[in-house]
Amino acid sequence: MSITTPEAVLTYDEVMANFDPVLGLEVHVELGTNTKMFCGCPTEFGADPNTQVCPTCLGLPGSLPVVNAVAVESAIRIGLALNCSIAEWCRFARKNYFYPDMPKNFQTSQYDEPICFEGYLDVEVETDEGMRTFRVEIERAHMEEDTGKTSHQGGATGRIHGADYSLVDYNRAGIPLIEIVTKPVAGTGKYAPQVAKAYVAALRELLRGLGVSDVKMEQGSLRCDANISLRRSPSDPLGTRTETKNVNSLRSVERAIRYEMTRQAAVLQSGAKVTQETRHWHEDTGVTTSGREKSDAEDYRYFPEPDLVPIAPSREWVEELRAALPENPAVRRARVQSSWGISDFDMAAVVNSGALDLVEATVAEGADQAAARKWWLSELARTANERGVELIDLPITPADVARVEALVVAGTLNDKIARQVIEGVLAGEGSPDDVVAGRGLGVVSDDGPLLAAIDEALAASPDVAEKIRSGKVAAAGAIVGAVMKSTRGQADAGRVRALLLERLGVAE
Amino acid sequence: MSLGADLIRFTASETAAAISAGEVSAVEVAQAHLDRIAAVDGRVHAFLHVDTEGALEAAAAVDASRAAGERLSPLAGVPLALKDVLTQRGIPTTCGSRILEGWRPPYDSTVTARLKAAGVVILGKTNMDEFAMGSSTEHSAYGPTHNPWDLDRIPGGSGGGSAAALAAFEAPLAIGTDTGGSIRQPAAVTGTVGVKPTYGGVSRFGLVALASSLDQAGPCARTVLDTALLHATIAGHDPLDSTSADVPVPDVVAAALRADVRGMRIGVVKELSGEGYQAGVRQRFDESVAILTELGAEVVEVACPNFPYALAAYYLILPSEASSNLAKFDGVRFGLRVGEDDGSPSIEQVMGRTRAAGFGPEVIRRIMLGTYALSSGYYDAYYGQAQKVRTLIARDFAAAFEKVDVLISPTAPTTAFKLGEKLDDPVAMYLNDIATIPANLAGTPGMSLPVGLAPEDGLPVGLQIMAPAMADDRLYNVGAALEAALLRQWGHPILQEAPSL
Repeated sequence: MSITTPEAVLTYDEVMANFDPVLGLEVHVELGTNTKMFCGCPTEFGADPNTQVCPTCLGLPGSLPVVNAVAVESAIRIGLALNCSIAEWCRFARKNYFYPDMPKNFQTSQYDEPICFEGYLDVEVETDEGMRTFRVEIERAHMEEDTGKTSHQGGATGRIHGADYSLVDYNRAGIPLIEIVTKPVAGTGKYAPQVAKAYVAALRELLRGLGVSDVKMEQGSLRCDANISLRRSPSDPLGTRTETKNVNSLRSVERAIRYEMTRQAAVLQSGAKVTQETRHWHEDTGVTTSGREKSDAEDYRYFPEPDLVPIAPSREWVEELRAALPENPAVRRARVQSSWGISDFDMAAVVNSGALDLVEATVAEGADQAAARKWWLSELARTANERGVELIDLPITPADVARVEALVVAGTLNDKIARQVIEGVLAGEGSPDDVVAGRGLGVVSDDGPLLAAIDEALAASPDVAEKIRSGKVAAAGAIVGAVMKSTRGQADAGRVRALLLERLGVAE
Repeated sequence: MSLGADLIRFTASETAAAISAGEVSAVEVAQAHLDRIAAVDGRVHAFLHVDTEGALEAAAAVDASRAAGERLSPLAGVPLALKDVLTQRGIPTTCGSRILEGWRPPYDSTVTARLKAAGVVILGKTNMDEFAMGSSTEHSAYGPTHNPWDLDRIPGGSGGGSAAALAAFEAPLAIGTDTGGSIRQPAAVTGTVGVKPTYGGVSRFGLVALASSLDQAGPCARTVLDTALLHATIAGHDPLDSTSADVPVPDVVAAALRADVRGMRIGVVKELSGEGYQAGVRQRFDESVAILTELGAEVVEVACPNFPYALAAYYLILPSEASSNLAKFDGVRFGLRVGEDDGSPSIEQVMGRTRAAGFGPEVIRRIMLGTYALSSGYYDAYYGQAQKVRTLIARDFAAAFEKVDVLISPTAPTTAFKLGEKLDDPVAMYLNDIATIPANLAGTPGMSLPVGLAPEDGLPVGLQIMAPAMADDRLYNVGAALEAALLRQWGHPILQEAPSL
């Protein structure tokens, strides 16, 4: 079954007129521990292939795993932050299947005894009726180890089929993962894609706040698999689902789900059945393609991992960890929103762009909240988008932004020049003050040159000068514009206007 | 102390004392054993690899330490045969399998590291049933080991190489591993001593896993005291093995020296006697019971009603774990790789060809059994049920140890059988371990020591002693007492009756 352009077949409104979507989200989070899940190898990203390995993470004969205590602590803290129950006793299990990127040909994971279970995360989504809270229920969060990374060489697709040979890098093998699985998320209606995006964004914010992971989707430290199914009516049983992988950005979460809903609807409307399978999202073309078929019959022969002992976190420890959790993001959002006095809509914009920490830090550095929001959500968000990175990865700090804003407030920079300073900082030219000095930027604040420029502009447009003198103050804009142009923008437009009116003896 | 051929007949403790006193050098001791191996191992085939150079270097290091006035550890300079299932850095480790042919591990097992640290001289790696699956060493991919008592007979298994090396005077010490009896049954049929410590008592790090929840490395020697000295050297908590017990090692050496059973209560396991046991095995066992009574112990019969289910449960748990443990042997990262150049094979084909060519029939049988037992829809009926039986057997032990201090039984139902005799009948082969398996399932310790020769065939008979978890010292106390009484009766060690090869 291959329908390449479902949009051509059905509009989103038509999909929603005929179907009710149900979501399920599986998020894998790479923990930011210094060492791997079951051995002492470092976890640093980007090292040369197969340099961060040992007998245990290579699965050499005779090697044994030892659980990373920090990973267990992180798992519990994540569970607590997601309002989960923490198991009093749980075990690891082996998930058996053959694949060359799995050194032991089984993955040490958790099966029917996850360390965290039964929680929820509330997320906010803008609807036609304003902001609405959706509760996403968490089924479980469990610990497991990552696999190695296979790259298939030769062949057209970069996938295993058709490749000439494959290379495996085991540096990633054994990195601690937490898999967070939602229960089926129903009742979102047409907001399913937004709810999914908001969930991943909120989860990312929560994980960042806990300091357990760098949650970089593009580096794979946060990976999302989206399960989607459609049914004719909310009272029907769940339809056949597909699992979409390779969803590597927040934007992709929304797009991939929307696409997959539309595709499935087209399949169902044509009278065919949705195939239960894994699908791959393609960011560039905006479509999903069929991966391997995945039936419920796939048998991983799970059994309790006999090389490890059960984990039994004491209740005292769990309560200690609970007490030391950072402020809950929802509570924090409410607090911040009220202190800034901004609308739900403006607050959601900050949160959903992943800018809350940055804006808050910029305000803490002395900037006005409105200005801080403006810089992060417009100029900087645009740059991040162009570069395909997260805001936090831009080479500019909240202190830099606050400094630029302070220069604006002081009248040293106007808005246009301030943008050039930001651009310079992003280009690696140093601090805002370095850029101002280096590029010779700064507002012309000496009235002498400004008055000369004003006189020049008035002389060039005597008719406009006359209009202003006669009381048509609105005409002043043309002269101000001419002065800004002649000073290459390095003037404070407000000051120019004031000097102009004063010169012509006209009151505002 | 005289030199030459006699060096190989001394016990480990005598050898260590002589080296420490400067009566003989460690290099002379090592060379004497290497000469013995060269002379007899062509017929015994106890070793898969002899590390002449490494052994002589290690021995020279001990001599140098002594010359420098350093205090030597109790087994410094004593040669040892290491079962080929434990890794030794840079030394071939095959597990008796073609699939690991040529693999040289980049690391020492914890047992190996502790032996080296104690100045024990590792002579080489000993033969075994492939991946420790078997009771005769006939399942080695490199050919069987022969019992020094009768070269046409099996030396037991899977640790037949280690036991035969002791019985053939190729080494006074050996390391074995015991998943269902692989230390104790070979000890029984070769007239040597072997101990399976409490599960978790000796680190499994670097022990190539057969069944992780059952495997336990342990000491083998020709006397109870030597076994205790080796036990003390390798035992103790290891942070690299999560299942290793973080508790003090029982003082097994003191127990072996105490050798006093007066006032002890000893239980004969009702279910491990009678029918199915060879007459000569029963006779020597009954005589031992009488000796223990004479020595002042109270011997009673104890019922362990769930023991008859142990074999069935074992043959579900072991293959299940083994099927997963052996999945890593796929030709991708180490060892054999087959069929890569035949056409343009997929990775699945290379894995399949490698495993088909590299594993022997018994290994394939158990991988298939285990894969089946863990499969969805069968898990509860097989693996799940077997785990329940395991719990019941642990309860049988717990109840028995409420009444008695140790339990005893024959180690194996028969003396050494002929090579080839049971090779085509897996179930008959599996029955060799009927008396040893319960201790593995419960994680409790067990010892086998020789208690005489069966009158009908003149071959050694072993007696098994079992104790509660972490009470390994009781094995040594009872074993040493019985050994001393038998020595008084015989007037010489039992191996003196073995043919001279």
